[in-house]
Amino acid sequence: MQSKIKNWLDSGAPFVWLNAGAVSVSVVMVVGLIALIAVRGLGHFWPSDIAVFDYAFAPDSESSQLMGEFIDEETVLRARAGNPAYAGATIKRHLLKTGNRDISGLDFSWILDAGIKHKTYPDDAMVVERREWGNFYGFLNSVQLDGHNLQNNATLWATLEQAITQNNAVFDEIRYIEKNLIGGINYKMEKLRLKERELVLKEENTPVNLQALIAQREALQLAYNSHTATLETLYATLNSASLTATTADGQAVSIALSKVIRVYRPNAMSLPDKVLFYFEKFWEFLTDDPREANTEGGIFPAIFGTVLMVIIMAVIVTPFGVIAAVYLREYATQNLITRLIRIAVNNLAGVPSVVYGVFGLGFFVYFLGGSIDQLFFPESLPAPKFGTPGLLWASLTLAILTVPVVIVATEEGLSRVPRAIREGSLALGATKAETLWRTVLPMTTPAMITGLILAVARAAGEVAPLMLVGVVKLAPSLGVDGNAPFLHLDRKFMHLGFHIYDVGFQSPNVEAAQPLVYATALLLVVLIIILNLTAIRIRNSLREKYRAAEQT
Amino acid sequence: MDKNEIITDVLSHDFNSKSARYYRKWRHIKDAATRYLMAFGGISVIMAIVLIAFYLLYVVIPMFKSAAIESIATYAVPGAANAKTLLYAMEEQREVALRISDQGQAVFFSTNNGEMRKTVNFNIPDGVVVTAIAAGDQTEKVIGLGLSDGSVLLFQHTYDVSYPNDVRLITPNIIFPYGEAPIQINGIGEPVTELSVQYDGERATLVAHGNHAAINLVSFVKEESMLSDDVEITREKSVILIEMEKIIDLRLDIEQRELYVADTPGNIYYYNVSKKTAPRLMQKVRAVAGNAEITALEFLAGGISILVGDTNGRIAQWFPVRDDDNNYTLQKIRTFDKQKAPITAIAAEHARKGFAAIDASGQMGLYHTTAHRTVLLEKIDGHALNTISIAPRANAVLVENDKGQIQFWYVHNEHPEISWQSVWGKVWYESRGQPEYVWQSSSASSDFEPKFSLTPLAYGTFKAAFYAMLFAVPLAILGAMYTAYFMAPKMRQVVKPTIEIMEALPTVILGFLAGLWLAPFVELHLPGVFIMMFFVPFGILLAAAIWDFFPDNIKHKLPAGWEAALLIPVVIIAAALSIKLSQPVENLLFAGNLPLWLSQEMGITYDQRNSMVVGLAMGFAVIPTIFSISEDAIYGVPKHLTTGSLALGATAWQTMVRVVLLTASPGIFSAVMIGLGRAVGETMIVVMATGNTAIMDMSIFEGFRALSANIAVEMPETEVDSTHYRILFLGAFVLFVVTFFFNTIAEVVRQRLRTKYSSL
Repeated sequence: MQSKIKNWLDSGAPFVWLNAGAVSVSVVMVVGLIALIAVRGLGHFWPSDIAVFDYAFAPDSESSQLMGEFIDEETVLRARAGNPAYAGATIKRHLLKTGNRDISGLDFSWILDAGIKHKTYPDDAMVVERREWGNFYGFLNSVQLDGHNLQNNATLWATLEQAITQNNAVFDEIRYIEKNLIGGINYKMEKLRLKERELVLKEENTPVNLQALIAQREALQLAYNSHTATLETLYATLNSASLTATTADGQAVSIALSKVIRVYRPNAMSLPDKVLFYFEKFWEFLTDDPREANTEGGIFPAIFGTVLMVIIMAVIVTPFGVIAAVYLREYATQNLITRLIRIAVNNLAGVPSVVYGVFGLGFFVYFLGGSIDQLFFPESLPAPKFGTPGLLWASLTLAILTVPVVIVATEEGLSRVPRAIREGSLALGATKAETLWRTVLPMTTPAMITGLILAVARAAGEVAPLMLVGVVKLAPSLGVDGNAPFLHLDRKFMHLGFHIYDVGFQSPNVEAAQPLVYATALLLVVLIIILNLTAIRIRNSLREKYRAAEQT
Repeated sequence: MDKNEIITDVLSHDFNSKSARYYRKWRHIKDAATRYLMAFGGISVIMAIVLIAFYLLYVVIPMFKSAAIESIATYAVPGAANAKTLLYAMEEQREVALRISDQGQAVFFSTNNGEMRKTVNFNIPDGVVVTAIAAGDQTEKVIGLGLSDGSVLLFQHTYDVSYPNDVRLITPNIIFPYGEAPIQINGIGEPVTELSVQYDGERATLVAHGNHAAINLVSFVKEESMLSDDVEITREKSVILIEMEKIIDLRLDIEQRELYVADTPGNIYYYNVSKKTAPRLMQKVRAVAGNAEITALEFLAGGISILVGDTNGRIAQWFPVRDDDNNYTLQKIRTFDKQKAPITAIAAEHARKGFAAIDASGQMGLYHTTAHRTVLLEKIDGHALNTISIAPRANAVLVENDKGQIQFWYVHNEHPEISWQSVWGKVWYESRGQPEYVWQSSSASSDFEPKFSLTPLAYGTFKAAFYAMLFAVPLAILGAMYTAYFMAPKMRQVVKPTIEIMEALPTVILGFLAGLWLAPFVELHLPGVFIMMFFVPFGILLAAAIWDFFPDNIKHKLPAGWEAALLIPVVIIAAALSIKLSQPVENLLFAGNLPLWLSQEMGITYDQRNSMVVGLAMGFAVIPTIFSISEDAIYGVPKHLTTGSLALGATAWQTMVRVVLLTASPGIFSAVMIGLGRAVGETMIVVMATGNTAIMDMSIFEGFRALSANIAVEMPETEVDSTHYRILFLGAFVLFVVTFFFNTIAEVVRQRLRTKYSSL
């Protein structure tokens, strides 16, 4: 027996198994991490059932009725639970989302399992999703519509749903007028103000020039007045309807329908209904603006900001990265200096991203941006236009951050182009430039795309440098809109990664925001994994292709 | 014509046709243009990248430059030339200065030419002369004149700024907070020879010394009556009897609580006067060495430290230090001994902890106390200098020599607070018990002493990197060994990309999971997490041993190189079991609450977001890097080496350890270096998963503040080109250099390895 163990040890098998274990642990961690994000992120949109039950926080205390969604549960030791009134060495407790923040002040509470009695899931338990104060949980009493009080009507629920649909349409219209029409007018007004200031600075403020501005301004003011008049009537329609509901403990609450996004009764929903609802919520998450300090609603501006920033970055980084790589590999004499440059470029990929952020803030924003403002936009000073963090500077900073990635990938692609192809082209009389354009670069395209994808994946996930050069928690307007020049490079923008940081760590209501953060994280992870897998796929097929080219 | 001729003809004709030549030329131009374009583009991209390092340096370097002064004007004293100047003061814009002479006259004049702007003659009775002067708090701009009849006149100099026709106009003025009549202070008509005053808008305290061995202290409190608009003034007074030989100076601090008195033999008496009716002598200390005498006494901005200048040209900084028993004793903190002639006057900057000193040889020095730095030392006059005033923004000085000449200098001294010592060394800050490493860059009050020590931040960075490496290095390298050498190729094709893809995972996601999920999880299952560290490896070994006892026909069902797949359920079960065991163990050994037990029984603080959480999260972030590079290195070991070793009878493991690892060790080293570089620069994980307090403690249960996190958190709020801004750039530069260093080592080692492999 002993010798058998000794033999086993001598063979080295246990160490090999330990090594294998390290791989297993890594794989378990990686898969576990993604599973954790996926489960928590995707679960958020599911309409969970609403429980109604009696709850007493101690065995001898009076119980009260509670209502809400069970979010989480844990079993902890007595000492850690703050020695509750119920007996037991371990205490099981649930995290209940009770909503109704405007009434109770809190929308989450930990409750003890032992105190729950008479738990039911009544069909008429209702969730009201509101624009302010989070969800409301209760039972519908009546609906006030056009001055009528509808009550105990069989079609009450249907009426309510219909009224809300109508109201939401009105609300969308209001939002369109406020954001696009009036926003556009404000934008033009600001332009006029700057124009006037410019005239003053250039000392061209002749009455003729000023008169033209005044006429334009009056036209805008007229349009503005007509929009506000439309808004007033729309607001009047919007504010006329409301609903009355009772909370679990019997309190009657009136909610204006203008504050309601949707109502639903999850306990009464069938599975297909729930699935439909799930996708509806998921769609809203992708396409809507955030609400309530980013803790609810969608993340559309963050997706838009990320994509726009990455596109601008890609437009900048690709030509420069490729040119630098071509120069290094094809034109520069291969000597110690090129070797050193290559090492330096390689190393820059390992320089912390926050250093690039510092550089971007100092050089691009304050130095370049400040100079641009002084030279080209003196009329808007002292308010900076480009001398403040914004989209352009963020894209440029990330371009510098990712240019080593593109250089390295392109160089690798160039080095893989078989010598025979190059020499063949030259032997047929092509110049070096022609060889490059017609044969070498086309063959390197997949490598460039690989580099670009890797750069995009890196840029999409970076947060630290962006915090310094242009990302904000809530951007009032998108980087692209209907006002000329349509692309506003000086604007600040929102970003998925920063959104995760901001909502998860700077939010006043972290508990409520958490599911949204997981969902955002999932979106980002999926995006980046897809980008990377594509890059790997392209790289592998590229290798196969060259192997074939070299053999023939 | 034969065939060849035709060909020649056709070709030559085509080749030399106009269009063909044109086309050739055009192709040549394109070729050249491409060459130049590529060279230009390539070089400029590379330059742009190199620019980063230089730009960081460009922002950092001004901090370490000495100050510079620029002479603006020299002129005779304005006002009565035969009168002795008692004091100069300047306003915010360094445009107007004030001279007060012993004839009781205040003259406002332009600093750049000495032109008089306004003269105020004080209401002093006939036959009475000014015998002493004292300037109080700089923000209140209060000045007291001690008169020969034992009274004191208190006034403030104010400046109204207006912009008629867009040109700045400064109108100086003198106002009297306690009326134009002098206040009698010692009651016996004895002349005031030394005086100190403070006034904060509500309370004024005057401390005066005459010919007798006594110091008179008078304090007024303005109280607005609740019923009417009347202002009632309460007066408190006391007399301090002294035994010292001759008082040469006394100073009352801004808070009107501490009084310092210097006498001729060089002693400083430190009084606590918080109770105006009962002053207490706290300490008497000899402040100068040998037979030197005290020549100048001045508070540093903020009124905590006192500067003592002596006849040897030394200036020492003193402040009260609290000991363990809560007693304050005056201690000498640091000395500046660059000037050699007797110090004639010291002027403290208004908002920073710097000061200027002049001496009898005509030298002027600019100093900063926190940085213990002499920023400038210049002989500006052939005669002795006797009076100095520093502008409120510390951008100009006004100096008078003993020939009645005024010199006005601009001072360029933006960053005196930075020195090697103040950035990396221990510094004794005001109100602290001993020299310390502290990072505390900003505070609400304006006379705050900024504490710019990067040491705790660098410490935090390396602490984080250390714990991350502790977790990542074994897992990544062992995993790489298995994947590269033992694993079945099919499995390797799946496993390698899976782990590598994690390298691209945004760290903000890891940071957020670490802060919001892992930190609470670890806190709740702390014993379980420690159990896991034993259970998982032992579980793996146990599984291996059991597998070995399995009959061969079952064993052979698992092809070689698939052990890792078999172990995945083992790892999951071992981890789950550890978490299950967590609560029973905690109940049994740690009274049901390990964090509480740690702090109560062991005295170890437990932060929820601690170094262990960061170590796990950041370890997770660097595992793919280390894994991928060392896997490549091991995989690249030439096959004939391993087959040779196996053929000679070595087991697979022996071959691994003695042949493969040895050959690949430089590659593994470079993998660790690159991983370290990544851990050092990682930002979002440390921002989100630690408490970000700048403490220096190796405890795994406490947090830290890393350089990168510090930059990310503070940079958006700092003012451009301020010292804080530049020191954050210095932090970034340090990160740049450190990571560049690690990466370069790694790269050089890797390149060598590549040559070695190709030669094998």
